[in-house]
Amino acid sequence: MGKNTGLILGVLGLILLLSSIASTAWAKSTGGLYTSLGLICLGSLLYSDQLYRKSLPGIQNNGVWFNSLTNRGILGWFVAMALTLCYICLYFYPEQLGYHPTGNTGLIQFFDPLSLILNGKFATQWFVYGVLYTLAIILFGIKFIYKYRHSRYQIIRTLSVIFFQLCFAFLLPEFLSLLHPDTPYFAKDIKNIWPLNHYFFEPWHLNNMLNGGTLGLFMLGMGLAMIFVISPILTYYYGKRWYCSWVCGCGALAETAGDPFRQLSSKRISIWKLERWMIHLVLVIVVLTTIAVLWSFLGKRPDAFGLSRENFVAAVVIGLAVLMGIIYFFKRKELDKDALYSLLSLGTLIIGTLLIQSFSGEKHILFIKSYTLTKWYGFAVGAIFSGVLGVGFYPLLGSRVWCRFGCPMAAILGLQQRLLSRFRITTNGGQCISCGNCSTYCEMGIDVRAYAQRGQNIVRSSCVGCGICSTVCPRGVLKLENGPVAHRTTIPDFPLGNTLQDL
Amino acid sequence: MSGLPIIIIGNGISGSTVARNIRKLTDVPIVMISNENPYFFSRTALMYVFMGHMQWSDLEPYERSFWANNKIELLQGKVSAINPEEKFLALENGKQLNYEKLVVATGSKPKFYGWEGQDLDGVQGLYSKQDLERLEVWAKDTKNAVIVGGGLIGIELAEMLCSRGINVNFLVREKSFWGDVLSPEEGQLLHQHIQAHGVTLHLETELTKILGDKNGRASAVLTSKGDTIACNFVGITTGVVPNIDFIADSSIETDRGILVDQYLCTNHPDVYAIGDCAQLREPPPHRRPIEAVWYTGRLMGETLAQTLSGRQTAYQPSHWFNSSKFFDIEYQTYGRINADPSPTEKHFMWKDLKQNIALRVAYNPISQLFLGLNAFGIRIRHQQINQWLNEKISVQDLMQQFESLNFNPEFSQSYTKQIFNAWQHRE
Repeated sequence: MGKNTGLILGVLGLILLLSSIASTAWAKSTGGLYTSLGLICLGSLLYSDQLYRKSLPGIQNNGVWFNSLTNRGILGWFVAMALTLCYICLYFYPEQLGYHPTGNTGLIQFFDPLSLILNGKFATQWFVYGVLYTLAIILFGIKFIYKYRHSRYQIIRTLSVIFFQLCFAFLLPEFLSLLHPDTPYFAKDIKNIWPLNHYFFEPWHLNNMLNGGTLGLFMLGMGLAMIFVISPILTYYYGKRWYCSWVCGCGALAETAGDPFRQLSSKRISIWKLERWMIHLVLVIVVLTTIAVLWSFLGKRPDAFGLSRENFVAAVVIGLAVLMGIIYFFKRKELDKDALYSLLSLGTLIIGTLLIQSFSGEKHILFIKSYTLTKWYGFAVGAIFSGVLGVGFYPLLGSRVWCRFGCPMAAILGLQQRLLSRFRITTNGGQCISCGNCSTYCEMGIDVRAYAQRGQNIVRSSCVGCGICSTVCPRGVLKLENGPVAHRTTIPDFPLGNTLQDL
Repeated sequence: MSGLPIIIIGNGISGSTVARNIRKLTDVPIVMISNENPYFFSRTALMYVFMGHMQWSDLEPYERSFWANNKIELLQGKVSAINPEEKFLALENGKQLNYEKLVVATGSKPKFYGWEGQDLDGVQGLYSKQDLERLEVWAKDTKNAVIVGGGLIGIELAEMLCSRGINVNFLVREKSFWGDVLSPEEGQLLHQHIQAHGVTLHLETELTKILGDKNGRASAVLTSKGDTIACNFVGITTGVVPNIDFIADSSIETDRGILVDQYLCTNHPDVYAIGDCAQLREPPPHRRPIEAVWYTGRLMGETLAQTLSGRQTAYQPSHWFNSSKFFDIEYQTYGRINADPSPTEKHFMWKDLKQNIALRVAYNPISQLFLGLNAFGIRIRHQQINQWLNEKISVQDLMQQFESLNFNPEFSQSYTKQIFNAWQHRE
């Protein structure tokens, strides 16, 4: 049995799964789902095992640029189109997949038995998506572990993303729903932090949490603690990798299913410029939208947090101003463009907040209906960006398009990583030979080599700390580590090896 | 910007480094000439393009606009002659260029020993972009290949050919792989790994001649052991020599390479040579007159840029370091360590053959001074070891603080304790 047997079994499982859309009888069969999923798992495991069994532990990138799937060839385009179609159905035409609140058919009905076991309700398109998403992370995660079995950093990190996806993102919320069948819906994945979870502060969600009993209040408190306390502390000690490549669900899919496509991210300087604009723009929009909806929420329920909307605005403005002041005061000497953009964003937020205060009424914010504002954000960022572009275009633009250009959470963590964190990728003296493996395989499109060949540490907002640059480096030049903040970003006159630097 | 330019022949690591660093300091006109590739690329990474890890464009460390943005003029052409008396050079297309200063940074070329059949199709070295392009052609219908010469390029070529499923016979003249640098024990570790990758290793075996078929393509090699090995590709990796043929007719003094003083200046005050093609008249202590390695090219380029920007600076490299990768085994070396021990150089060796990890440390048995080390599968922190070499640390202290040298990724297994135990219980 070779890897092709695995491939055939897996594809067969996938075809059986999708047959539920076409065949009513098949969609109703309870065993059908488990047969399909079982075949997919079996095929995938066999494929991964056979693919790497014969090769010695080490870098497995032979032929990456010769393969039509991974070099933007026909196969790559085909997969991208298929995935995009799935996302379009999921977001805009769930009824095509069989989702009907009055009684599912097709693919969604196929998942009803599993859904009833896990959360006691009939399946939704989001349940189906959650199952397949988690399954993809587990199966491609196992493949990833086979591929990088010589690197303990990669193995442990991958086990971590699998664990957080399976337990925190998938099983735990389902069980909590099962235990609290009557509470209104609110997010139960504590690692899905605002602003990645863009609806956390929306009035309906706040109301549902406030009316959701102990669990609701816990989730509200946990959500606030994650944003304002836990995340800043962890990012200070470990960089944004603690989240982006160890915990986050989007990161988990990118690191596992997206791994074969990481080399497709653009390293051009012009794209880096675009990235800086995009990420800060998204940050400003998401924060302003949130401030706006909170502002209108507090107008209606000033009692909810014991905070009037006027005091809220004052608190936000003062908080942002203090943050700007701290950054400017302590970091003005090492402000590169990334950091300047961040300061600019904070400034925009202050002005925006004040504008909201001055020009908004009961149902509109800055002359736009508040409902329209959040709806458009949800559409543009939630659906198009993170779904279609973010995952659908893996085989065309690489695995971290969303994380790089669109994720507001990554923007916030990145701002802190750049300015106030112990994390860096250390360059090993003068050992770099400018080969470019690091840059090629950086999923975030960082030109790692540009730093390494100067003997400079890599301290970049966007770095998610996946560690692949260090893994693929043939000369042992790069090491992810946490260390003293002093001299973290110092640029040496020359890489180590010359006595010139003693001049 | 006015006046005659500084002309640099060769845009490899040496030429590009000198150009970039002059530009950091002054705005004199700079022209860089190459007949290999219009833009600087990482020669050490040619193998990764062949193996499909990277595309050609990934080899170029700077975006193409970088050179124009920094007012470094790139010129495609082959220099045919240099006239240092009248300070001009001639290109093969007949064009003549006058210079203010001239830097020769033309690198190396593969060394051929005049074997019978060495000009057949399918016989080549691996150094340049053009070599890679030819290899790409021959590899298409090659099933069996022979590589001659057990050194760094030889093992890279073996890995490249293996990645395409080509059967490789590897001829090594010495008793063990890279025998003039590595000890037999280190060689042993590598032999085991090379063979695990499916390569047939022929130790103490030299090439006698190459046989051809009726189309003029290599068909077999005869070895010094009397064996005939059928093959349709022969990789010659028996070392490199300075690429300086076009200098021969000029009055620039040469030996094996272009002779330069400690300021990297030739016998003509406005002509300099750096990198693989330069031969130091008086090399620094414990260093060779010609070092055909990436790092030396870079260090010379950095140094010469100072001089050419008006700060006369002698070439004074810090402690020797080098690195390579033998299939999956990373190798780093620092300081002085020879293949064989001597009365003033004793060796301590530790190895874990299952994990392909080894460490060899050289020290002076009388003064206990640490001299240098070879590391296989252990990444060593350059900054730290360079500092210790400056401080003339004792070998005992180094062993005790070995963990500070550890540059392996987080969560990697640490071998510090095992190494220290072995050191304490050495004979």
